[in-house]
Amino acid sequence: MTGLQSVFTSGNEAIAEGAIAAGASFFAGYPITPSSEIAETAARRLPETGGMYVQMEDELSGMAAIVGASVSGARAFTATSGPGFSLMQENLGMAVMGEIPCVVVNVQRSGPSTGMATKPAQGDVMQARWGTHGDHGIITLAPSSVQDCYDFTIRAFSLAGRFRTPVILLADAAVAKLKENVRFRSPAPEERAPRPLPDCPPEAYRPFAVDPEEKAITPLPPFGSDYIFRITGSMHDEAGGQGASPANADRVIRHLAGKIEKNRDVIVRVRRFFLDDADLAVISFGCSARSARAAVREARRQGIPAGLLELTTLWPFPDDDVRDVLSRVRGAVVPELNLGQAAGEVRRLNDFGIPVRGICRVDGTLIPPGDILSALREARS
Amino acid sequence: MTARNFREYLAENRLPTIWCPGCGNGIVLKAIAGAFADLGLDRRKTAAVSGIGCWGWADDYLAVNAFHGTHGRALAFATGIKLANPELTVVVLMGDGDGATIGGNHLIHAARRNVDLTAVVVNNYNYGMTGGQYSGTTPRGSITSTSPLGHVEDPFDLCALTAAAGAPFVARGSVCGGENLRALIRRGLEHRGFSFVEAASVCPTHFGRRNGLRTAVEAFSWLRDHSLSRKRAAGLSEEELHGKQVLGVFADRQSEDYGTRYRKAAEALRGEGESS
Ligand code: SF4
Repeated sequence: MTGLQSVFTSGNEAIAEGAIAAGASFFAGYPITPSSEIAETAARRLPETGGMYVQMEDELSGMAAIVGASVSGARAFTATSGPGFSLMQENLGMAVMGEIPCVVVNVQRSGPSTGMATKPAQGDVMQARWGTHGDHGIITLAPSSVQDCYDFTIRAFSLAGRFRTPVILLADAAVAKLKENVRFRSPAPEERAPRPLPDCPPEAYRPFAVDPEEKAITPLPPFGSDYIFRITGSMHDEAGGQGASPANADRVIRHLAGKIEKNRDVIVRVRRFFLDDADLAVISFGCSARSARAAVREARRQGIPAGLLELTTLWPFPDDDVRDVLSRVRGAVVPELNLGQAAGEVRRLNDFGIPVRGICRVDGTLIPPGDILSALREARS
Repeated sequence: MTARNFREYLAENRLPTIWCPGCGNGIVLKAIAGAFADLGLDRRKTAAVSGIGCWGWADDYLAVNAFHGTHGRALAFATGIKLANPELTVVVLMGDGDGATIGGNHLIHAARRNVDLTAVVVNNYNYGMTGGQYSGTTPRGSITSTSPLGHVEDPFDLCALTAAAGAPFVARGSVCGGENLRALIRRGLEHRGFSFVEAASVCPTHFGRRNGLRTAVEAFSWLRDHSLSRKRAAGLSEEELHGKQVLGVFADRQSEDYGTRYRKAAEALRGEGESS
């Protein structure tokens, strides 16, 4: 779909449409509630646009197949939910280490294990950050509306290509199943642009060369071009050969973290509501940020000077924005559908000694705005 | 395509290999480079996808595009690599632990799904790299570092398994016959669709040593003496075949591969295909 059509659709469908608008041509995955409509939409829409859908035997192979497709030059994505995301962690790590761009959508559901398959939750904040083994950077975006589902998917592909990394779209069952009007905008040409080829002669190409400033990322040409190279999930030197020396291993791991950390200004995005003169801050993301917005509006109506910082990038965590807000308010509340995964990060940044209260819910239901409002009232007294 | 020298496909600057003296892996590596050379493959349009384990290092020595993935998942990576670029010739290099034990589910589904890949499983009947533990192909009664009492499980017959799962081309060669292996791999590469070539091999360092074969020569001799062709095997009873490797081609049929089928269906949907 192109142009500026406004469509009434669900978050899951908007994610699949966003991917196709971003130029995605390959989906591999394994069906799981509540993400299945993404696979179903991809299966229906990709062949219409010259792309391909493959249903693999499990999530391990689904993740592996998109990594392979990306190495062949495709914009590739998969979609899953908590238990499937756990199975993908092995090859998500492969994508991190091999520096292979791809997009992984995790429509969170309640857990651990099978949990409650159809109930909303936001319990995978830390799984998105640290689910695979070893140190590394990661990019995670959190949509709170169906429009976000569309727009953030496009942005996820663009960040994945730019930083040669897997990007996680951390949705939740509430947002993914919600239906709203969405504008299916056409992405800008640079958002759809194919990955650039290296500009060096083929024999000089080093797939894992590192810019010391971490500002330029080495291009990844597709298999089949003039560049013959080796991609590996093992510790490697710049050419992709074995590179287990202490100095090289240290360099590679610091690069995997540094290329994300040192580009926070490009990656990190937040939304601010009524924060300019706020006395109390709500800090939230995803479906809980929707309740928070309603709560803040109602608080203002009642004369409570509250504001909302919505984290639309969850990783890297928006440290500067959170610190800035904490430095200017008397208290903060962090509503989320888990036992305090984002709240812990907020507390890590609380150098100002203000009270930070988590509003934590893990019963498979959403946080009503009233609960946030009560917390704001209590924080005031 | 014109035949070339097999050395063109070897990354000779990385040789010698890390493999133990007397390991069967080198023979399979040469057979693969030889098959590439026989077909005169364009190195830019060729990819080797490997798993983990001693044989998993093979891609490091091939002068083609290489993808060194995670343990057991090589076929899944290769599926994406091939489907996203059908112009590539993709060979998948796995050991028996990698390809048929941790990766067993991917193996049967790859055989059934019929993506145009050539899987070369080097079967040395144990996990070499991690110290000689038993795998899904370790023969019953064998001693490994984790079956000190003699292995109590029965092994997979990988050719029977992949043929039953639907692989259109299935063959078994042995490192005692490098030229034959080269021919089988070449036939696999030429075959449109999923092809499976097992290379019966030796791991003198672990499997051989623990099972009374003190040297690489003894390990090779044992494999040679316990291998026979399909033709010779035909008249033998199950008991007589126990512990023997039957070599030959077990499946060779045409079946349209996944990518072709999918693209045809998609073209028909878009109104681009020929009307039938
Ligand atoms: S451990 Fe066995 S399989 Fe591995 S290189 Fe040595 S002989 Fe070969």
